[in-house]
Amino acid sequence: MSVEAPNRALGNAGPTRPMESSATWPRADRVGLGLAWAAGMLLCVVAGAIVLYMLFRGLQYLSFELLVTRPEVANDQSRSGGFLDPIIGTLMLTVLGTIIAAPLGVAAAVWLSEYGRPSWLARLVESGIEVVAGTPSIVLAIFGLLIFSQPLFAFLSFTAEGNAVFGRSFLAAGAMISLIALPFVVGATREALNAIPSHVREASYALGKTKAATIRRVLLPAVRPGIGTGTALGMGRIAGDTAIPIALLGATLQLQAVDGPLGTLRGTGGTLTTYVYGNSPAGEGNAPEKAYAAAFVLLLVVVLLNFGVDLISRRRQVTSWTR
Amino acid sequence: MDPLTPPHAAPRPPPIRRIAVDRSPTTVAAPAAATNGHGHGQPSGIVGGGRHAQRAGRPGVERMRLEDLSISYGPKLAVNRVSLPVRQGEVLALIGPSGCGKTTLLRSLNRLIELTPTASREGRIMLDDQDVDRMEVTHLRRRVTMVFQQPNPFPMSIFDNIAYGLREQGSSRPRRQELEPQVIDALERAGLYGEVSENLDHPALRLSGGQQQRLCIARALAVRPEVLLLDEPASALDPRSTARIEDLLVKLRDEVAIVIVTHNLQQAFRIADHVAFMYLGELEEYAPTDQMFGAPRTQRSRDYVSGAFG
Repeated sequence: MSVEAPNRALGNAGPTRPMESSATWPRADRVGLGLAWAAGMLLCVVAGAIVLYMLFRGLQYLSFELLVTRPEVANDQSRSGGFLDPIIGTLMLTVLGTIIAAPLGVAAAVWLSEYGRPSWLARLVESGIEVVAGTPSIVLAIFGLLIFSQPLFAFLSFTAEGNAVFGRSFLAAGAMISLIALPFVVGATREALNAIPSHVREASYALGKTKAATIRRVLLPAVRPGIGTGTALGMGRIAGDTAIPIALLGATLQLQAVDGPLGTLRGTGGTLTTYVYGNSPAGEGNAPEKAYAAAFVLLLVVVLLNFGVDLISRRRQVTSWTR
Repeated sequence: MDPLTPPHAAPRPPPIRRIAVDRSPTTVAAPAAATNGHGHGQPSGIVGGGRHAQRAGRPGVERMRLEDLSISYGPKLAVNRVSLPVRQGEVLALIGPSGCGKTTLLRSLNRLIELTPTASREGRIMLDDQDVDRMEVTHLRRRVTMVFQQPNPFPMSIFDNIAYGLREQGSSRPRRQELEPQVIDALERAGLYGEVSENLDHPALRLSGGQQQRLCIARALAVRPEVLLLDEPASALDPRSTARIEDLLVKLRDEVAIVIVTHNLQQAFRIADHVAFMYLGELEEYAPTDQMFGAPRTQRSRDYVSGAFG
């Protein structure tokens, strides 16, 4: 009750309206405000245009048929099939990259936030992650090709006659593409860890628990939404990356398994991104309709992932402590 | 003249501003008498219709002893040669202005202070005549548990919060059925079981602040400690939750030695049996509660409990 009283008093005096007061601002400030408003609107328009255009084009060309038939090499577009293999390729690559990036990223974040000694080493690790985050994926791809063509990594891909290691496979691409997701996982996990007040850790120590037990039973469960957010962000980046699948996955139309165990994983393939590139006017340009349809599916995947991020991070607020 | 000293203070104790004992200060028992068991009177309450607990009748069994304890953070001395007993059957309240070393002292009792890299400690802390430095620290902290200022349940179910301390390091065993009696017992002792018995599987962070804090007390009691440390456990809570926790602590004092840091002098008066007043890292006065609030020995304690400075 007592809280309402001042409000009512304010109401009687006439509410202040900070929104309208910009009319009295100096001209430079008003121009600045206008520019800021315009920038925001422009972004909205661009985002809306992309989504609407892809929606329009995608729905125009997309059919269930395309989703479930394998692509074929054919000059006649009516016989070139759909993009089942690229869909599977995108899913496989995303899962592979995430499986590698999530544990690595969480481990790095836990070490940085909870140990981080000596501090020069922690700073080194931090800059290492920043370098990885800042490296263009084509550079990662070329570097990966160099590494995975070495005889040491022959088990990742197939070996041609004359012992030349091909170096392109789902395993090779997955290992490299995980580096794209890694900084997101590290960042989100660290942020979540740093948001846990120190008295929560101390409460666990005060029950006679070790640091390891505290991390495992208290901190990691508490940062699970953060890990989820980072991982989902990273998955979106992996699904959208083009350079690494082109250079390290072979960018083949169909999944090409090699003989032996884990044949598909050691074989080459393509993703939705390589499929879109290949079929668009930028690539061979034979089938822009199919490129639009595939691009729409890809956009859908990424938007769904971002939606998942939102969902996870909104749930985070349920578990919070007073600092 | 000390600016903190009110000018009229010299001839007689200043009027107790926040707290009044029902009898005149001069008739409050001397410390020796109090510890001999004759000193506890029948104090009726504080001004304004408050209440306070029955003081412990007999002096408790000594569980911990601080001998010449000094703690410094880098070059800064935070606690200076403090010696204190901690007894089971009693509530010991640490009072004093902010930054006087109360919390530092409390955190040294379970060696939590060692988490602060710059902290160093001298002097001895004995737990049942055993030097705490010679004990495995995880073992010590199960015997001397702690409740913090902010309620901090772990992000798991109510049941698992209590079971956490009972389980092996990092393990999820023993399973629920084996632990259920101990968990329920701890919740009952913390006076929370009646409110949560139906939903032990609910996330603990959904409880109200007062319930969360009692859950933290239950969690600290579940491992059957000998000493329970509380760092301003009620300062983040509403008056009703505070009253429940105070009642709880008075009930618990017979099974566990209780040390509470508090900024709330009324609270110290209501629940403590002995009060230690700290000032700038020194133990200014240690006395039975009625004496501390009725007839403090030093001028500074008199000023502090009468509200002349905070």
